[in-house]
Amino acid sequence: MRRRDFFAVLGGGIVVLIADDSDAQETGGGQRRGMREPLPQNLSAWLHIGETGAVTVYTGKVEVGQNARTSLTQAVAEELRAPAASITMVMGDTDLTPFDMGTFGSQTTPQMWPVMRKAAAAAREMLVDLASQKWMVERASIQVANGKVTANGHSAGFGELTNGQKLTKTIPASLALTPATEWKVAGTSVPKVNGREIVTGAHKYAYDVKVPDMLYGKVLYPPSYGATLGSLDSSAAEAMAGVKVVHEGDFVGVTAPGPETAEKAVAALKAEWKPLTAEASSKDVFAYFKKTSRDGAADSSNLTAYTVAYIAHVPLEPRAAVAQWRDDKLTVWTGTQRPFGVRSELAGHFNMPEESVHVFMPDTGSGYGGKHNGEAAYEAARLSKAAGKPVKRNWTREEEMTWAYFRPGGLIEVGAKVNPDGTIAEWEFHNYNSGPSALQTPYDIPNKKEQFHQSKTPLRQGSYRGLAGTANHFVRESYMDELAESVKMDPLEFRLKNAKNERLRGVILAAADKFGWKNRKKTPGHGFGISAGFEKGSYVANCAEVSVVNGTVRVVRVVEAFECGAVVNPEHLRNQLEGAVAMGIGGAIFEHIDFAENKLVTNRLSRYRVPRFTDMPVIESVLLDRKDITPAGAGETPIMGVAPAIGNAIFDATGQRIRSLPMAPGRLGGASSVAPEAGE
Amino acid sequence: MARVTELDVNGARRRIDADSDRMLLSVLRDDLDLTGTKYGCGEGQCAACTVLIDGTPTKSCLTKVGSVAGKRIVTIEGLAPNGKLHPVQEAFLESDAMQCGWCTPGMILGAVALLERTPRPSEAEIVSGMNGHICRCGTYPRVVRAIQAAAKKGGRA
Repeated sequence: MRRRDFFAVLGGGIVVLIADDSDAQETGGGQRRGMREPLPQNLSAWLHIGETGAVTVYTGKVEVGQNARTSLTQAVAEELRAPAASITMVMGDTDLTPFDMGTFGSQTTPQMWPVMRKAAAAAREMLVDLASQKWMVERASIQVANGKVTANGHSAGFGELTNGQKLTKTIPASLALTPATEWKVAGTSVPKVNGREIVTGAHKYAYDVKVPDMLYGKVLYPPSYGATLGSLDSSAAEAMAGVKVVHEGDFVGVTAPGPETAEKAVAALKAEWKPLTAEASSKDVFAYFKKTSRDGAADSSNLTAYTVAYIAHVPLEPRAAVAQWRDDKLTVWTGTQRPFGVRSELAGHFNMPEESVHVFMPDTGSGYGGKHNGEAAYEAARLSKAAGKPVKRNWTREEEMTWAYFRPGGLIEVGAKVNPDGTIAEWEFHNYNSGPSALQTPYDIPNKKEQFHQSKTPLRQGSYRGLAGTANHFVRESYMDELAESVKMDPLEFRLKNAKNERLRGVILAAADKFGWKNRKKTPGHGFGISAGFEKGSYVANCAEVSVVNGTVRVVRVVEAFECGAVVNPEHLRNQLEGAVAMGIGGAIFEHIDFAENKLVTNRLSRYRVPRFTDMPVIESVLLDRKDITPAGAGETPIMGVAPAIGNAIFDATGQRIRSLPMAPGRLGGASSVAPEAGE
Repeated sequence: MARVTELDVNGARRRIDADSDRMLLSVLRDDLDLTGTKYGCGEGQCAACTVLIDGTPTKSCLTKVGSVAGKRIVTIEGLAPNGKLHPVQEAFLESDAMQCGWCTPGMILGAVALLERTPRPSEAEIVSGMNGHICRCGTYPRVVRAIQAAAKKGGRA
C-alpha cells in the first residue's frame, strides 16, 4: 500500500509506520505532512488512529489459537494507554498488512510484540503533540490514560485530536519502552479478544468462507505417494450436470455447484496410476536415515540409539481455501501460518507479480507448525482459473493426514563419560533426519560433539511445534537419567550437578519444589520422572508421575515450570503450557505414523489416536515471571520436556528404559490401549 | 431420490432442497450457512460437528438429513438467542477453555446436553461424557473446569 492509499483506505487520522531495525536509512524520525514520500521499505507494522478514535493496527502475524491477537492488542493498549476493546488488529492480509515471514518459531512475542509497543508509544506522543498545539499547553502537563488525552481542564478523545489530520510518522524500531515493572495492561490476563465470536460460532474460519457464485472443488489424489498418472477416463464425471474436470499433467480436479456433486464427480473419475517403488517403511526407516545420511554416519559402537516416529499435526480445521480471480488479480482466503509465503507460492505457480495476488488469512483452526504452505490455496486457484468462477477447496481429514507434511522421524545416537562425582566429562550426540533444533545440551560439559545429519525422508516432512526440540530433549533428558543411574545419583541432583545456568536451575528447582520431588514416595506400578531444557529464549522443566498397569501407561500428574522472561498474559501462558503438556502426551505415548509401500496406514482419526479427556493427568504450571528479561515466545518450548519426564517416570516405575517415541503401546509388553470409544 | 425441503433449525423453519442422503453437517454449513458447526474428521471421532437433535447431542457428519426432518435441531448459532450467552458459553469464556476455538461449538453443545442429563456431574462424569470430543490444542482441563463452573451456576439456559 502506498502512502496516499493509507488515507484513501483508512480515512483521515494519524498513521505510525514502524520500520524494521535493519533498515537504517529509513529510520529518521519526525512528523511529515504530504503524500509524496515513498513508504519506507521493510515496514514491520503500522498503526492508525482514525477520526472516530478507532485504533487499527496492521501486522502480517496471524492468529492460530496461540492468542497473538490478544497479546499484540495488549502491547498496543499498554503504550497507547487505551482500552483493549478500542483496538482492532488486522492480521495476515497481504494487501493491508506489511510483509511478514510468517508466524512460526515462537517469534511473535520477541519480534512483533515490541514493534507494536513502539508503534503505540509513537502514536501516543503524536497525540500529545496535537493536544499541546491545540490547547497551547506544555507537553509535560498532558496526560494520556483510558483512551483520553487531558491537560489543565482540557480533555479529548483520540478522535477529536486526529479529526481533520492526515499525519504520518516513521519511527525507528529502536525506541525506549515502558519497563515491565510499570506495565498496567501487559502482564495481566486480558481475556481472548475474539472469544465471544468463537463461543457463538460467529467467527468465520477459512473453512467457513463463502463468496457469491462459488463452486466446490475436489482433487483426485494418487493411491500412493509418488505415483504418476497413467491414464484418465473422466467421461462419467463430465457427464454430470455442472461438473467441470480439470486435467493438467498429474493434477486432476473437479468443480461442481455443490459439495456432494463434487464428491460424486471425483469418485466417478477412472484413473490408472503408476506406483513408485518404496524406499522405506515405518518399520525400517530408522536404518534408512542412517544409510542415507548425506555426510556419512558416525561410529556408533559406543553410542546408544533412540528413535522418534513421524507424527501428524492434526490441526482440527484441515487446510481450506477459497480462490477468486478478477481480471488478472487472484484473491485467496486460506488458513496458513505464512500468508506472504502462500502469496509468493501462488505468484510463482501462475507466473504473475506478487502484487496481483491477495492472500487473506482468517484466524485459523490451529497449525502447530503444520500450516506453512498453500496446498489448498493452489488447488483452489488452479480450479478457479479453469472454471472461471470462485472455487472453495476444503480438505477432508484424510487429505490433511495424507497430503500435508509430518513431523520428521529421527534416529538419534548418544554417548557420554561421567566422572565419579557425577560431572559429565564428555558428550556425543548425533541426530539423523529429525532436525538441529535444541541439539546443544544446556548443561556444562567440557568436551562435546553434537551433530545433525541430513538424511533422505520417505515422507514429506516439515515444521512441527518445537521442531526437533522435542526429539532432542527426549533423547538428551532420557540419557541424562541413564547417566544418573550409572553413578547412582538422584536424577534431580545429577541435573543440578551439571547445570550452571541460573535460569535453567531456576526452572528445575521450581518444578521439583511444586511437584514435591524430594518427598516422593514410590508405590508399586508408579514412577516419577524429571526433565529440563532450553530453546528459543525460554526454559522449561517437567516432573511427571505415571502408573503402569499391564503395559498400559497412564500419566497421573505433570508439573511444568516455565520461564520466558517477563510474562505477557499469565492466563494465556498457562493455557499454552497445559495444551503443550496435553499434546506432548500424545507424541510421548501413542502418536505415530505407520506407512508402507508409499501408503499411509494411519490416515484417519480412527487410525491415528490423539490425546483425549481420559488421557489427561493433573496438570500444574509454575510461571517464573522475570520482569528483568525481555519476553520470549511460549508456543513451542513448553512441549519439549514432556516426553522425557514421562519416559523417566516409566523407567522409575518398571525398570524399563524405552528409547523410542512413542513409548507405548506395545513396547512394555502388555496390552495396548486403543482409541477410547467416542462418546456421543 | 427423496428430498428434504424443510428443517426446524434453532426454532425456525428453514427451506432447503437436499437429497435425504446428504449429511446434516453439509446442509447446515453449505446450504444454510450455519458454519458454527465444524467439520473435523467426517467419521464421528472428534465431535466438532455436534448439534442437538431433540436435545440429544448428535454428530452431524454421520447424520443423514432425511433422518432429522421434523425434529428440533439446535446449532451453536441457536444457543444465544437475542445475544444473551448461555451459561455454558459464559463459562467457556471465563475459564479460557479454548485456544484456536475450532472444537469449541461442538464442545459447548456437548456440555449443554451433558448438564441437561446430569445437572451436577462429577469430574469423572464430565470426562467420560465429553470423551468423544477432541481438542487438539489440549484445553481439556479448562473445559472440565468450565463445565463445573457452569454446573455451579445452574448450567441450564
